[in-house]
This record gives sequence, structure tokens and C-alpha cells, in this order.
Amino acid sequence: MKVNRFLGFVSVLLLAAFVAACSNQAATNEPSSPVEAAPTDAPAIGAPVAAATEAPAPAPTAAPQATTAPAAPTASGGSTLQTIKDRGELICGSNDQVPGFGSVDASGQTVGFDIDFCRALAAAIFGDPNKVTFRPLTAQERFTAVQSGEVDVLIRNTTNTLTRETVNGMDFAPTNFFDGQGIMVRKSDNLNTISDLDGATICVQSGTTTELNLADAFRAVGASFTPAVFEDANGTFSAYDAGQCDAVTTDKSGLASRRLSLSSPEDHVIMDVTLSKEPLAPAVLQGDAQWRDIVTWVIYGLFNAEEYGVTQANVQEQLSSDDPNIRRLLGVEGELGAGLGLDNDFMVKVISAVGNYGEIYDRHLGPNTPINIPRGPNAQYTDGGLIYGMPFR
Amino acid sequence: MSTTAQELERPQQQSDVGAWLRQNLFNGVLNTLITIVLVIFIPIVLFLIVRWAIFEATWQPVATNFRLLMTGRYPIEHVWRIQACMAIIYLLFGLSAGIWQGMVRTIGIGLVGFAIFFALFPFSVSARLWLVGSVVAALVGYFVGRPFSSKLRIPVIVLWLISPFIFWLLIRGGMLGLPLVTTNLWGGLLLTIILAVVGIIASFPIGVLLALGRQSKLPIIKWCCTLYIELVRGVPLISVLFMAVLMLPLFLPSNIRIDNLVRVLVAITGFSAAYLAENVRGGLQSVPRGQYEAASALGLNVFQTTFLIVLPQALRAVIPALVGQFISLFKDTSLVSIVGLAELLGIAGIVINQPEWLQVTGGVEREVLLFAALVYWFFCYTLSKISRRIEAHLGVGTR
Repeated sequence: MKVNRFLGFVSVLLLAAFVAACSNQAATNEPSSPVEAAPTDAPAIGAPVAAATEAPAPAPTAAPQATTAPAAPTASGGSTLQTIKDRGELICGSNDQVPGFGSVDASGQTVGFDIDFCRALAAAIFGDPNKVTFRPLTAQERFTAVQSGEVDVLIRNTTNTLTRETVNGMDFAPTNFFDGQGIMVRKSDNLNTISDLDGATICVQSGTTTELNLADAFRAVGASFTPAVFEDANGTFSAYDAGQCDAVTTDKSGLASRRLSLSSPEDHVIMDVTLSKEPLAPAVLQGDAQWRDIVTWVIYGLFNAEEYGVTQANVQEQLSSDDPNIRRLLGVEGELGAGLGLDNDFMVKVISAVGNYGEIYDRHLGPNTPINIPRGPNAQYTDGGLIYGMPFR
Repeated sequence: MSTTAQELERPQQQSDVGAWLRQNLFNGVLNTLITIVLVIFIPIVLFLIVRWAIFEATWQPVATNFRLLMTGRYPIEHVWRIQACMAIIYLLFGLSAGIWQGMVRTIGIGLVGFAIFFALFPFSVSARLWLVGSVVAALVGYFVGRPFSSKLRIPVIVLWLISPFIFWLLIRGGMLGLPLVTTNLWGGLLLTIILAVVGIIASFPIGVLLALGRQSKLPIIKWCCTLYIELVRGVPLISVLFMAVLMLPLFLPSNIRIDNLVRVLVAITGFSAAYLAENVRGGLQSVPRGQYEAASALGLNVFQTTFLIVLPQALRAVIPALVGQFISLFKDTSLVSIVGLAELLGIAGIVINQPEWLQVTGGVEREVLLFAALVYWFFCYTLSKISRRIEAHLGVGTR
């Protein structure tokens, strides 16, 4: 909060200085942004001038307004798609420190589940999955980076929430990974519900919403617990492994992979309870409907490709398929890509580059990887999961 | 001062071991207890650390990611360009050490020690060859430089002056047939050194000018410099970086993008200059009034007085403070990892979170961070060693 307000204040100061110093340039830039941004923007992105005068007020909401306000140039300076095309590459806000989702291998290649969605977008726009620059972002700077146009899209294990849509000015694309906070316990303790954990000591990482969700879940059933708070994930799990706690909690994806680093993984079990919903979704800046549609439909396209059995290996053969769903998905029929401002065969390029959703999942999180997270809610809806691609027609 | 100090030390040097022990370790009940406890605990702790480092620690992440830690995501087929830069630096230091001996030789020995130390680790063959090759370059330079010191003096100085341009050309490319390697691929120790060296070199003249400006008799210059210094000193480096990297695009048209590294370099330089200015100001104020009067009595003008009389004395007085600041700047470069540049510490974070190490019990955090700490320590210790040499050479505190 403090940082936000400070940044808001400084940005207002600098904005004022900038406007004063080069009023010529400002005069040509400023009027265009409210006009362009107004029809699509949420109230949070008001006219920059109005927000700038409000910002020094003590209300804490003033700060995000000040930071979002000047962000309008992204939307006003023509479409994001055109900016990306002119630049010749996509800039993807990513994470390089989450195993399986985004990391850098020993040869310097950025790899991961989220990373492949960035590559898919680059393939959709340029036909080349390598025309993307990864801009590693920390949790604190990620929204500012999108607001200022430092990145075109944020694909960095970010939970879709109401506040982020409104106050932070994000537009979320479909969830590409459904996560949820879980609890891991020792098999021998025979614990099944949160009530069973009454009075238990639970290892938890500090400074995340994890701690808060844990307290909420216990309060809801009237149980008590003793938190053992640790600075980072490694400390949390080594303490649990050493027997300092009865249970350990974090996102289920994290539990699954961390279980393997315990001294005897088979002695531990992830309880069948979910403390919070964590739908991780890509996000773009509000105000450019076309760009949001592109991100949205590339993801739906990847979902559909898995449902229809279109894979990286067979995509060229599938071009001659008789199934109208596949023909439309691959752009053999119809002008669906043109509606997005892309080529009609954009999904062919995407699938040739990274495969379908299931292939991306298996490559980074599947059973043959060290992460090995069962598909669970991330299975296709036909298999009882939540992955549901909207129809291409 | 110095004579009294020598007289005080003399009795100690002449006394026997038993007396020294009695005087320093067992001169009271409390001190005796502390000595005994430490004698028991220090070996135990050392033993545990060594046993952990040799038998329990997983050093594989450091070994397999050595290139990543040193050069970041710099493309593997172009790494020879960085190796060439390192060899040139070692050669130049070797030559300079041969020509000037003394202080330069200390730095050279430090650099050679660094290369030999890391060549002992089980890194890939090419990495070790590169380290050994650099040592050979330094030795060749030294043994060529020593006999021909008088002839090589001027060419070596010229080489030093043009070397930054050679390094920039080699590392960045994009000219003379070398493919461009964009700055977002630079990382690891390479980036740390670039940030620190450019920050130190660029902030020095700016800081000196700011200090002089703050002492100026012209009110506008004086107030501008004071405002800048106080404004920057009142803000943490992390928010200056945040401004430069994330807020700057707000004020620029969307089609103009200034390179991230350039933005960070400007931020670090501007920040460091403000602190440097305050250090230098302390030095300026320590120059006695008589020096100014003597200079004007000799008929020197303001510029001559400043650059020939006042600054040399002022800077000499603040060398320890300046080196201290450079050391902290070197360590502060680790802050850029929060704005998306993967310098040494940022890469360490990346290595720790590679999926391969998930199955290692307890993670590989300790090993990787210990390695990063060793590298930082090496550079900071070398810097402070050099500063002591310079102080001794210039006789700070004895004149």
C-alpha cells in the first residue's frame, strides 16, 4: 500500500513536471486518450487529468487511479496488436522462478506451462513462437507493468479476482490453470477434514494470502490451529519434513511437486479439501477489446484442439478433416481469424508451435515431469474437468 | 601519532607466546570462559560446515548452471565473445602489472586467484578451459610487460581507454558482422559487473561536479545541486529503479521504448552520484582555507585552484568513503533483479527454482546462494584490499 501511494504521488509529481515541461507534446497526447479509452474503460481509468488532481488526496484508492490513469496511451496509441506487429515481437510478462510454470533451463531457454502460452500468442500473431521477449515480473510489479505498457500481456500465475479487474484495471482471459489451496498431512495421522485438524500445528509461508485463507477456513468450522510461519517455500517444507508441524499448506500444484522433495513422499497425502479458489489466468490491460479477444480465443483454441484431438504431430493431416468443428478451428472454413485481426489459419500456427492444451500440460506438468500434477480440475469438461473451449463459429 | 603507536606495540612483539595468550585470551575470568567456549565451538561449527559442503550439499546446480550464473541467457554460440572480453581484461591486467607492478599487480593477482579458484570446481570442460586460458593470458601479459615496460606504457594506456568500446562491441554486437545480442539476454555475473563498473565510472565525474556545484557561490547552481542531492538521497534505490523501469513508459509515447538496461544504468548512476557528491563534499570541506589562499597568492585562477589544488587533496581524504560506496554499489546491483534484470542474485533465484532440483531434499537454495555470496565476497574483498593499497600509496592519514 505504502509503495502504491508513494508511486502514485511521484507519478503525479512527474506527470505534472512532464506536462509543464513539454506542454506541446502533452497537448497532442492528452486529448486523444480519454476519447479513445472512454467507451471501453472501466470508471477506474478516468480522464488522466481528473485522476491526476485526485491522487494526492489521502484516500488509498487514489493511488491506483493515478497509476492506471496515464496507462491510457497503450489503448489510445492505436491497437495493441498493431503496436506488437510494428515492434516485431510480443513482450510477455512472465515468471522465471516457478518450476513447471516458468523457469530458465541450464541452456538459458525460458520454459514452462505459462511460457508456452506466450509462445502460442507469438505464433498466432507472427507465425513464429520465438518472436517473444520474456519480461520476468515480480508479484509486486506485475500490474504496474501491464498498466504502463511495459508488457503486452501478463501470463504469470496470476489469480483472477474482482479487485484486479476493477482497481488494477486488468482484463482477464480464460483461466488456463485451476489451482486451489490444499493441505498435506502424514498418511499415518489419518486426517480427512479440516475439523480433524483441530489444535494442529500447521506450517505456512508468510506474506501470502495462504495464511489468511487458512485462518478463514478454520474459523468457518470453528476449529483452532497453531500456525508455524516461514519466510519461503523451502523453509516451510523442510520444517514439515522435520516433523515440526502436523500439516503444511500451499497451492495444490505446489503441494504435489513439493511432496516429491520430502524424505519419503509415499508417507504423505494431500487432503481432499480446497481452502480457496485460485484460477490462474492471463491478463491484459483494459481498454483494447481486440487484443483481449485475441488472447482469449488463442486459449479457447488450445482447449478445443485438445477436445477434437488436433495435436502438434497431426495438425497438417487434420487440415483435410471432414469434421466442421476442426475445419473452422484450423481456418479451412470461414473467416474466424480475420475477425480477430489475425490470419484465418492462426490456430494451425499455434498448434504447430506448441501443441494443444493437453500437450502443453503434459510437457511441463504431466506425469513424466518432476512436477507431476494430476489433471484434476484442469481436465477437459468431457473428462469431468473445467477446461471448456467456447465454440469456434 | 605513528611513533606512539609503534612504542605501544613493541613490548607485545617481543614477549613470548605464553605472555601473549595470558594478556589477550586469559586476562580475567570472563575472558577465560569466552576463550574456552569459543575454542570448543569454532572447530565444531567449522567441522559441520565442511562436512555439509563436502558430503551433503548438492553442488550440481551450480556446476550445470555455471554458464547461466556467469553470463545469464546470453546465447551459447556467442559466449566466446564474453570469454574474449575476459581474456582481454586479464591480458591488459597482466601487461599493466608487468609495467607498473605495485597496486595493479595486487589486483591482477586477485583476478588470477579468482580464475584458479573457480577452475578447481567440477564445471564443464569448456568453462574450466576458459578460466585457465584467462590465467595464461594474464601470465603472458605479465612476462611480456615486465621487460618492455618503458616501451609498452603508452600503448597499454591507449588500449585501456579504448577497451570499453571493444567490450561493448563484442558483447552487444550488431556491427562488423557480429550478430546483435539484445540486452535482455545479458545476465549473471556479466550483468552485475557491467552495472557496477558503468555505475562507478559514470557516477564519479557527475558526483564530483555535484559536490563542487553544491559548494558554488552561484545560488542557482548551488540550489539545483542541493535539491538534486537531497531529493535522490531521500529516496530508496529500489523506488528509483521502479520509477525508471515501470513508470517511465507512462510518460513516453507507446512506440518509443528505451532499453531496459540503459534505464537501469541511468538510475543507478544518478543515484550513486548523489551519494558520491556528499562524500566528496566532506573531502572539500576538509581542505584548509589556507590552501585556497595560497593558490590565489600564486595567481592560479578558479579552475586551476579547484582541479590542481583542492580536488586532489579532497579526493585523497575521502578514498575510504568512496571505496566503501563502490562496494555498496556493487552489492546494490542485486536490486535490479526486482525489475526483471537477472543479475547474479536473480540468476541464483532462477537456478534454485529449476524443476530438476525439486526432488532434492531441502532444496538447493543454500548451495546456490552460498556460491553467489562467495562471488560477491570475492569482489568486495578485492575492492577493499585495493583501497587499502591506494591509501598506503598516497599516505592518507600520515600526512
